[in-house]
Amino acid sequence: MQELTGAQALVRSLEQQGVEVVFGLPGGTILPTYDPLLSSSLRHVLVRHEQGAGHAAEGYAWATGRPGVCMATSGPGATNLVTALSDAYMDSVPMVAITGQVGRSLIGTDAFQEADITGITLPITKHNEIVTSVERIPAAVAEAFHVATTGRPGPVLIDVPKDVQQGTGSVSWPAEMNLPGYRVPGPPSPAAIRAAAALLLQARRPVLYVGGGVIKSDSHADLLRLAELTQAPVTTTLMARGAFPDGHRLALGMPGMHGTFPAVAALQEADLVVALGARFDDRVTGSLADFAPRARVVHADIDPAEIGKNRTPDVAIVGDLQLTLAGLVEAISAAVSEGDERPDTADWLSILDGWKRQFPLRYTQEPDGPLKPQYVTERLSALTGGDAIVVAGVGQHQMHAAQHYAFTRPRSWINSGGAGTMGFAVPAAMGAQVGRPGELVVAIDGDGCFQMTAQELATCAIEKIPIKVLIFNNGFLGMVRQWQELFYDERYSQVELGTAIPDYVKLAEAYGCVGLRCESADEVDTILDKALAPADVPVVVDFRTHDREGVFPMVPAGRPNDDIVLGPEFSADEQRAATRREMGI
Amino acid sequence: MSTHTLSVLAENKPGVLSHIAGLFSRRAFNISSLAVGPTQDARVSRFTIVVDGASTPVDQVSKQLEKLVRVLKVSELSDGGAVERELALIKVRVDPALRGQLLEVAGVFGASVVDMSPTTLVLEAVSSPAKLDSLLAMLEAYGTCELVRTGRIALARGPGVITDDGPALQAVPDATETAA
Repeated sequence: MQELTGAQALVRSLEQQGVEVVFGLPGGTILPTYDPLLSSSLRHVLVRHEQGAGHAAEGYAWATGRPGVCMATSGPGATNLVTALSDAYMDSVPMVAITGQVGRSLIGTDAFQEADITGITLPITKHNEIVTSVERIPAAVAEAFHVATTGRPGPVLIDVPKDVQQGTGSVSWPAEMNLPGYRVPGPPSPAAIRAAAALLLQARRPVLYVGGGVIKSDSHADLLRLAELTQAPVTTTLMARGAFPDGHRLALGMPGMHGTFPAVAALQEADLVVALGARFDDRVTGSLADFAPRARVVHADIDPAEIGKNRTPDVAIVGDLQLTLAGLVEAISAAVSEGDERPDTADWLSILDGWKRQFPLRYTQEPDGPLKPQYVTERLSALTGGDAIVVAGVGQHQMHAAQHYAFTRPRSWINSGGAGTMGFAVPAAMGAQVGRPGELVVAIDGDGCFQMTAQELATCAIEKIPIKVLIFNNGFLGMVRQWQELFYDERYSQVELGTAIPDYVKLAEAYGCVGLRCESADEVDTILDKALAPADVPVVVDFRTHDREGVFPMVPAGRPNDDIVLGPEFSADEQRAATRREMGI
Repeated sequence: MSTHTLSVLAENKPGVLSHIAGLFSRRAFNISSLAVGPTQDARVSRFTIVVDGASTPVDQVSKQLEKLVRVLKVSELSDGGAVERELALIKVRVDPALRGQLLEVAGVFGASVVDMSPTTLVLEAVSSPAKLDSLLAMLEAYGTCELVRTGRIALARGPGVITDDGPALQAVPDATETAA
């Protein structure tokens, strides 16, 4: 037992959790904690806006698999974290947010900078707590990290009143956790694994529908073994890009609204869909009633509430995905060695190979024509050999990045999936770079997104966090523009931002970064080479991209996936051939 | 309307009610009735929640409730397998000439008179929700002028108890706990 202040206990508790960095910004009610922070082993990255701290903590967690930590003061400091908490909740990102709160005697009096942050964040955190005594701090912090990182990960918020930080109490470590109502699912049921293995052995047209859970559970190696053993093709959702190498013959790319034709159509024609850490999100399924209509479904997830939430599975496997995948590999290998036939998917794979050739992601980059975002992405992919950590915001640039960058490894793709948070990329890239300092971290951002959180370039420049930011500047809120073009009779309402203001090169320089501009296809390689070279300050590149380029293929929202539109690069005959595809098996 | 009754044990800590109520509103689940009170263990509260099964997937409700960190146990009570009760206090305006008739109706339903004035009566009724509905329908004829009704509480019939698979909380309270 030690007599410490609440602030000292809080900082010590973070150190005890192995935290190496905190992203934050101090203010009145968190001031007591910033004092012992100064002499602690924790690195603190001083952001320019608390939302940046939240997304940086997320980026750190995506890139490292370790929980990200952010800190803010009460009231507006805390509410500025709300978007990031919501984002982390939707994408199951392990994160701990610590907020100051007004003193206990002031709570409920509408005191200066008072906000009921535990009330506000109740529906967007996995758990939250207002800590009301010094003695409670070690356990509250230990419980927060435990809840954030186990089972289905997610954000946890701890709100600490100022007088609790200032008061003293007897504390000790290790802290004893008391979470009687918190259950982490145990190992998957062997019977469920046997049932799933039997379905995989029988299937003629299987698809592994891989979600973010495969990355979060670090089970990409087990996934590769299962796919190769069963010769089942693999589609990786927006949350799972990089979980399976895009260059592999079994890789189909991304499913869903802007998925590849082979991925979308394979799910529609499948006789077995094996969902692995995925949640049948509406952006993947399109009209749910028409999704994978011929398939039996195996659904493996750590969260029992996901089972049957959207699609009722034939076999449900609840538990750690790594154990599930290893169990499936073992069960199938055993069955094969006992004389069962290996799954025969040769005909299926040759149909899918045909679709890959016939209906690829297609765009046209004329040598002297407008610069295409897909071309920039493909050059980035080629020049980095798929080894960069790519971070995206939300919109057309995000979809082009997810489609055209050839991912080779997990934790190399970071974006805002479920929440769709514009402005995610710059601060998330900052967090990723802090977590993986030696690596090349490239944010692909839209001009709309970039302007929402660009102030963190100052943080990056001063803290020597050398991210690369590639702005696909088409002067529009491009995805909104695309929807107005397709669904609102080309009536463009409030979507034009203009390409010239701000001058992104000057803005970058004003923030102490290197600013570059690229306006034509023939400059792309030279400018990327320059931008990607090692540096100790961030680099921002203003790519002036074509303002009418859309994202295709596209399944209009709420429509069946069979209504997939290949886009203007395909002829009417090709679209007909895609729609009336002949299966033959 | 098909209803489902859920019994939920939760830690008796600040914010638990809003966690549970918030879950229902966020997931667009409909609550028909909610009753909360202490249990024999002061650290544990019991919620009885009635949901409309037609508009709300009960299995999802249970699973989402189980995910709440402060929720200890969730159990669905089967139709007819539980004793269900509601309490109502009903103020009825009544002509003195009809009072005897009204008291007879109350007597049939086991309702008792807990207050009386020259022109009104207050009845207290404890019964199953269906029987209570019948009583209220009968009283309409006399002129119900004020009604207050609790949420439903329920216990499974027979020897089984909700903590059969283990206690809600360990017997010895954790010394470091400070439920404020």
